[in-house]
Amino acid sequence: MNHAQHSRATGAPVLKVSGLKKAYGAIQAVGGVSFEVMPGEIFGVIGPNGSGKTTLFNSMLGQITPDAGTIELNGQDVTQLGPLELNRRGVGRTFQTLQVFGKMTVRDNLIVAAQEHQGSMFSRIFAPGDSGLGAKADALIDQFRIRHVADKKAGELSYGQQKLVDIAMAFMSEPDLVLLDEPCAGVNPSLVGGISTLLKQLNQNPQMGKHSSFVVIEHNMDFVMDLCHRIMVMVEGQVMAMGTPAEIRANKQVLDAYLGS
Amino acid sequence: MKKIPLQVHIALALLVAGLLLLLPAHLKSYGIYMLSYWLVFIIATMGLNLTVGYAGQKSLGHAAFFGMGAYTVAIVMKAGLSFWLGLPLAALLCFLVGIVLGFPALRVQTIYLAFATLGFNTAIWLVMRNEEWLTGGTFGINNIARPAFLGWSLEGNLAYYYFILGTTLVMGLLLWGLLRSPWGKAFTALRDNPIRAESLGINTRSYTLLSFAIGAAYAGVAGALFASLVQFIEPAPFAVNASIMMYLMVVVGGPGYFLGPVLGAAVGVVLPEWLRFAQAWYLFAFGSAVVLLMIWLPDGLLSIPDRLRAKRLARDASAARAANAQRMGAKA
Repeated sequence: MNHAQHSRATGAPVLKVSGLKKAYGAIQAVGGVSFEVMPGEIFGVIGPNGSGKTTLFNSMLGQITPDAGTIELNGQDVTQLGPLELNRRGVGRTFQTLQVFGKMTVRDNLIVAAQEHQGSMFSRIFAPGDSGLGAKADALIDQFRIRHVADKKAGELSYGQQKLVDIAMAFMSEPDLVLLDEPCAGVNPSLVGGISTLLKQLNQNPQMGKHSSFVVIEHNMDFVMDLCHRIMVMVEGQVMAMGTPAEIRANKQVLDAYLGS
Repeated sequence: MKKIPLQVHIALALLVAGLLLLLPAHLKSYGIYMLSYWLVFIIATMGLNLTVGYAGQKSLGHAAFFGMGAYTVAIVMKAGLSFWLGLPLAALLCFLVGIVLGFPALRVQTIYLAFATLGFNTAIWLVMRNEEWLTGGTFGINNIARPAFLGWSLEGNLAYYYFILGTTLVMGLLLWGLLRSPWGKAFTALRDNPIRAESLGINTRSYTLLSFAIGAAYAGVAGALFASLVQFIEPAPFAVNASIMMYLMVVVGGPGYFLGPVLGAAVGVVLPEWLRFAQAWYLFAFGSAVVLLMIWLPDGLLSIPDRLRAKRLARDASAARAANAQRMGAKA
């Protein structure tokens, strides 16, 4: 039983952040944030600009090293690990701005997103071009309804289509935890609903045989309230509130500081 | 634009193969030499195309590896050892030094990396020039023999040409296989978006180093063939200007296009010969041709089909939008 299976079996958190702090000079971007994400949970992080969400995200993704605090993934301390190691341990992510490989086809974008999880680096020289991931890529292509552009270069697609490719890529390696950085940024309202439906499906994906956990940063409140099981509100690097969408909506402090009437 | 049918590809490949096999028998010694020279540069620039075109690194030090390959074979053969020992040794040495040259790429990129590799080329060139006990200094090493292959002497120009042709084919097939494997996708991912690549578990460090090492090994093999082709080597052909010329060949052919080096090396090696009729003006004519190419085809000659395709797609999309707008207007 690996660490992820252990977390699911025992109900232990997939992600545990304890006392995380990060300062840039005199500015305390994140000032002692703690929270847990349980197996299968969709956890939202909201807050006004400059509240420390991105710094928190970048710390969890290994892109910056926090000044204090710990980050545990399936019970293992991963505070000092970089993005590469985190991905190998089951962390997928999307980016706020589009980050697809523009000169590769959509199908190849999905294949390359998981190929490094197949065999060793040396063995991959002799592996087939699709690393045996063709069927899996096709399944996600169908699920995301991008079959008609599967053989097109990703850079030739519309913004919304590229956003879908970007999200699909994060799920190719069947991660335990997916960090979604503003998945609705720049997306038209009709596609926002589609992305929400897709994420709900992927959260309960029977093909993966498990429930993936998500952490979502997003400014679209309808999207967050509809998708997330629990929400954490950050203001000036601190946790202002944490609870279910209904609790957050009813929180007067949050209404005053962020949501408004 | 319709996709070109496989039969056309096969017919074209057979035509080129026929030309490469049959044409040299009807050429004079210099013609055969030029074709051999072109093939050697195809091998060298195939390696540089991997480093620059596929993996997106900058290298102005490729001629140093070309020289290291040439000197390795020359020194090994002068020591009375076989070419067949020198050839793999040249590739291995360049592979290992290529890894070392890759380390600056882990810290700096773009023009800074280009200057770091340029410095490396200068340093190696100075070793070739100054370490007379090993390299013969400016006097070089002469009388480099050509090998025999399975008892078949490659001493003649034509025989050696066919040997280089065979080696080019083998090196091309090896690179084709590598680029079709998951490694090829990893190199492209590294070039297109290293941050995204790393977030997907692609070890950008290892692939960066490997792109330099494999590219260098190709230059090493090309250098080894070059030494026995010209039979006399001295430091001049391995200076920084040769690296710039190789980079130009990759860019002109089309970086990241598999056949780019074939066209690029033709432009770099054969075109100057064709322009010799212009005598004193030939360098000016060559320079002007390169300037025009860079203005109109910055992605190289092999980008022409892609550019035509992109234009057609834009035209189709524009027509579809116009038709849609007309329909909407009619409904309103």
